[in-house]
Amino acid sequence: MLKIAKDRLNELYAKIAETQGLFLPIKKAGEVNYAVWGEGKEVSLETLKTVKSPKNAFFPQTENMMKFKTEGKNIEVVDMRKDYVEEGKLFVIFGVKACDYKAIEVLDKVFLAEPVDTYYQNRRAAATIVTLACSRPEESCFCKAFGIDATAPMGDVTTWMDGENLYWQANTEKGETLTAQVKELFSEGGETEVAAQQETTKIIIDKLPFSNLDLSRFKPENLNELFDAPEWEEMSEACLGCGTCTFVCPTCQCFDIRDFKTNEGVLRYRCWDSCMYSDFTLMAHGNSRTTQMQRFRQRFMHKLVYYPSQNDGLYSCVGCGRCVNKCPQSLNIVKVIKTLGGKAND
Amino acid sequence: MKDVALKMVERAKELLANGEVARVIGWKKGEFYFDPQPASFETVEELDSFVYNGFCGANLSKYLIKMSKKEGKTAIFLKPCDSYSFNQLVKEYRIKRENIYVIAIECQGKLDIQKIKAKGIDAVTEVEEDGENIKVSSLYGEYTVAKDEVLLGKCSVCNKTHQVKDEEIGDSERPVRDGDRFAEVAALEAMTEDERFAFWREQLSKCIRCNACRNVCPACSCLKCVFDNPASGIAAKANDDQFEEQLFHIIRAFHVAGRCTDCGECSRVCPQNIPLHLLNRKFIKDIDGFYGEYQAGEESEGKTPLTSYTEGDTEPNDVFNGEAK
Repeated sequence: MLKIAKDRLNELYAKIAETQGLFLPIKKAGEVNYAVWGEGKEVSLETLKTVKSPKNAFFPQTENMMKFKTEGKNIEVVDMRKDYVEEGKLFVIFGVKACDYKAIEVLDKVFLAEPVDTYYQNRRAAATIVTLACSRPEESCFCKAFGIDATAPMGDVTTWMDGENLYWQANTEKGETLTAQVKELFSEGGETEVAAQQETTKIIIDKLPFSNLDLSRFKPENLNELFDAPEWEEMSEACLGCGTCTFVCPTCQCFDIRDFKTNEGVLRYRCWDSCMYSDFTLMAHGNSRTTQMQRFRQRFMHKLVYYPSQNDGLYSCVGCGRCVNKCPQSLNIVKVIKTLGGKAND
Repeated sequence: MKDVALKMVERAKELLANGEVARVIGWKKGEFYFDPQPASFETVEELDSFVYNGFCGANLSKYLIKMSKKEGKTAIFLKPCDSYSFNQLVKEYRIKRENIYVIAIECQGKLDIQKIKAKGIDAVTEVEEDGENIKVSSLYGEYTVAKDEVLLGKCSVCNKTHQVKDEEIGDSERPVRDGDRFAEVAALEAMTEDERFAFWREQLSKCIRCNACRNVCPACSCLKCVFDNPASGIAAKANDDQFEEQLFHIIRAFHVAGRCTDCGECSRVCPQNIPLHLLNRKFIKDIDGFYGEYQAGEESEGKTPLTSYTEGDTEPNDVFNGEAK
């Protein structure tokens, strides 16, 4: 294990940024989101939850896909995909928490399965992910319920941070390559400090109010029963139908594809979509989901039943708690799990 | 506040039990003290989960568009600020006054859990209101915070009073907060154009187009928003275009100008904490200046400055040239 004093982190960022792009949690106008680092940016690794999750680095909220240029009777299709590895445009995303890292695994199963989403794949291939262990979880965190250890996130490199130092451990070949590039800034050591911090943090995690949510009822064989539960009406009643939960969620993966007419032809782009929106399932024949209850139910059934039934039981919620913090009317997945998850959650 | 909550529950039970109303709109307990959610109650038993405390900041008025169309009368608990939205919705024929029973309730100003957390108090497990202070228990320690420091933005400069009531519960007296609600607007006006542009550009660049501001807004009551309509040609989900992003909020502010009651919900719900209410307040301040003091929602009928013409109205040219009254 390696360590570096916290007051030298700017040197570390600068060293990484010499050769590649560097995404860090950066404070702008009072809020912390992942953004490209540069001199003078206010980095906030201490922030437990960025507003938007790191998924934005792999699956940006809006992304151009292709252009159609017409000339006479011909249409030229311009592929806008970039092979970042080929172009040498690698990047590091630094400070990813255990829940958000797990969320990238959830996204991988969707975007990297056949047919592979090459836009996403190109970014994944170009990225080195540096995770940061949590040391001060808060009441809305419930990653433990999904079997995630917030004190030992994976990733290409895992880091821990205390009052004095940042501790660094490479896990993969990509991680080793990055380590070789920055090693001169580090010294050896930190095992004892990291172990002590992990022990303290785990005691707090065990005390978090949602750490022991019981998910056992959310399984494929209960699909119909859960789908037909009368409680959905009441649970969704206050839902505004906004997209906050979806857009702050690290695992929500739905997008819309639209064409945009420009002076130089047609631009096809995709952008995040939300199953909470009234036109989400709008098709030529009409809309298969006509009420907010149906849209609300879809979101949670997808996270807790449909996705796991197709992915060996892996839930597509990682317990980051962003929806718990951000829903305007305080509706969230914890309330759904507690309401439908049976007595064990009382 | 506990006494008020008890009286509210008792009254709601009575109204439901004797059949005067078919449902009551209020708040329901959450997982914590600080996360109650808006809810409707149709039976006396359901009211076991009713709650009213310092974190019931949500404006319930807009739910009436949906709820008051249901069979039977709907009772609703309204805080002073919510009552302005209520009147405005009646004025715009979005809700039927005769289907609704309004219970005006005491409000001492509502609290913002985010502001408590911003003080470095996280892993909050319990909050207790204790007069002008709140006691916060967290997994990391116990804290006492002055309520005035953690009020919702909309409450810190509130001077609103109940505009509509069929009955009232609790004390209508409350601490006078004499903050100037236009102080922040004046500070923006005092900036140079470039500074102001930079301010809004930085704030609005955080927008994730989640539409929470629009969906919570009682003045945004269109059945189908033009931005949600694929047939409109301007449906907008993408948020990449900086210019468009900025226009969205400014267009929305124009659309609700003269109808916005300054309920502050847009800023309360924004996940990126963009001070959207300042756009609306700028319009309110200008309307006051151009047409004389006007507060939307004080009345439930009648003409408004932007929907009526008088010969003394400020001319657009004067506004543009900065010569308006």
